[in-house]
Amino acid sequence: MSEWTLLDALALAAGLAAALGAALGWAALRLRPDADPLVERIDALLPQTQCGQCRYPGCRPYAEAIARGEADIDRCPPGGEATLRALAGLLGREPRPLDPDYGVTKPRQVAVIDEERCIGCALCLPACPVDAIVGAPRFMHTVIERECTGCELCLPPCPVDCIALVAPAQTPPVRDRRAA
Amino acid sequence: MARPRRFPAGLELPPFKSGPMGRPILAAAAPSLATLALDQGNGIAAQPVVVVGDRVRVGSLVARSEGDFGVDVHATVAGTVRSLEVRPVPGAAATSPCLVIENDWTDDREDASTPLDWQATTPADLLARIRSAGIAGLGGAAFATHAKLEAARDAKVSHLVLNGAECEPWICCDDALMRERAADVVLGARVMQRVVDAERVTIAIEDDKPEAITAVEAALAATDHHGLALAVVPAVFPAGAERQLLASVTGIEVPGDAWPPAVGLLCQNVGTAAAVARVVTSGEPLTRRIVTVTGSAIAAPANVEARLGTPIADLIEACGGYRGEPLRLIAGGSMTGRALPSDDAPVTQALNCVVVATAADLAVHGSEMPCIRCGDCASVCPAGLLPQSLLRAVASADAQGLVRLGLADCIECGCCDYVCPSRIPLTARFVAARRERRLRLDQERRAARARERYAGHERRLAAGAEAERREFEEARRRARGDGQS
Repeated sequence: MSEWTLLDALALAAGLAAALGAALGWAALRLRPDADPLVERIDALLPQTQCGQCRYPGCRPYAEAIARGEADIDRCPPGGEATLRALAGLLGREPRPLDPDYGVTKPRQVAVIDEERCIGCALCLPACPVDAIVGAPRFMHTVIERECTGCELCLPPCPVDCIALVAPAQTPPVRDRRAA
Repeated sequence: MARPRRFPAGLELPPFKSGPMGRPILAAAAPSLATLALDQGNGIAAQPVVVVGDRVRVGSLVARSEGDFGVDVHATVAGTVRSLEVRPVPGAAATSPCLVIENDWTDDREDASTPLDWQATTPADLLARIRSAGIAGLGGAAFATHAKLEAARDAKVSHLVLNGAECEPWICCDDALMRERAADVVLGARVMQRVVDAERVTIAIEDDKPEAITAVEAALAATDHHGLALAVVPAVFPAGAERQLLASVTGIEVPGDAWPPAVGLLCQNVGTAAAVARVVTSGEPLTRRIVTVTGSAIAAPANVEARLGTPIADLIEACGGYRGEPLRLIAGGSMTGRALPSDDAPVTQALNCVVVATAADLAVHGSEMPCIRCGDCASVCPAGLLPQSLLRAVASADAQGLVRLGLADCIECGCCDYVCPSRIPLTARFVAARRERRLRLDQERRAARARERYAGHERRLAAGAEAERREFEEARRRARGDGQS
């Protein structure tokens, strides 16, 4: 066997470059971080009511808008002061009061459908951002209380005003095991 | 006799137990209306299996437990189910769904099985019987006994400790039980020992209860079974708190984030043991418990054995009624008890004591003053925490600080309040902070779920729109094709 030639060395270098390049290219496509980490962190602080009171279609779009610097942090009434403070802390901004233009903070509530009056029109089903309403055309609809975020988005589409928002049933958090 | 050591800190408190202990256990009359709480205080209400108007007998199952930590509820009087409603109950939850049963005074019972040969019964069968008897820990926490036993069985615990310490001032129902029914306590201990296959059983009693110690010693002598022992622990509050008692008796400290079965231990109250004994001797579900009715505003304090669901007012009646100026009703003892809004709340499994206090009993000293950092609270804390640092973390809503300082390990015993020269209600602040933390964690869980469901909703809508678009394109293409042909 002859000695290594310049050509061999070049071929080896080119082969390595191609292989590593392909691997990196694949990794960049396949192992890409899911999304902007700042958006993730903002989204984690939002209450996930998905109510759209901030005039974005949901909490995640609002988080994206904040990250882009388009929206201020004072637009989330369901999160209230606690969320505002947390956002201010994360983004290094001065906390300030909520902008009342975007609504006022209310205690947690859940939607309830008056089954006597519901006509089964199914208009509220697509309106619910978390698919918490079960029903089908001309069948009784009902709200899964556990999943309802109390966003009020099911109210406008209802033609017979049979949805009301009420305080959730008292479910005390499960007690620690270590009671004395 | 094992030689226990004293756990760190705690308080030596005046007992206030001589009143009821001067008399035997009274049997309260059956109530005309029994109000049966379906939630034993952990937020898991049993589901009723009867409807209003049904006739039930004493011991009939009226509500079936939900989940692993739920407890079955049985009728404690014979009669008719009158209503299912939310009523005030003693304890932290304040209210619970309750079944109200009107007594028809026939007192007929579910057919009781003959005494069980428990030594020939498999542990699994015994456990199932304990489960269906609806027993929750009678020491005051009302944790489902079968769940505790099952966890202990799975963890193969080696040491069962029966808690007869009863360290809290005023409460003496366990003392009375051990004096009068020590044999039941020992039998229950042996049954539970068989269920969990524990090598050793220790019955722990505080050294200020010599009569109970003598009675339990005699009962132990009457059984030839080895592995049962008595441990006398110093009378220091809170010697009877689960972790503190286990540390005194076994020398093993249960880590803050684990529970006793994880370190091979199991702790059960002596009252619970007696209830288990009744399951094997008479096949009876839990329908009654002993409650200490005491306080300076009670005419004749006593330990009263009452059916669950009996209004507290009936118990007070049985003890000669009120005298003097009752100022406050307390469910539980003076350290960890909670104020009761009225005496029509019913007896529940968790209710070990009712204190009807006068102004003198309450010893109110005046209003709260600023913390002077004297450190007295840290020197009495039986959990080894720094209450004054915790207080600062609570005041500044420092969630991470609270976790770091061990808020989760607080047993809410009230020792820090008792010694605080500035009269700061520390325990109440810690309880509120823990509640807030639970609510926040709950909110976070709900938010995570909503986030997921919102993403799903968006995907679904997008897929729907995409399908519609494709269908439209398809239709258009077909229409064009038709036009050409």
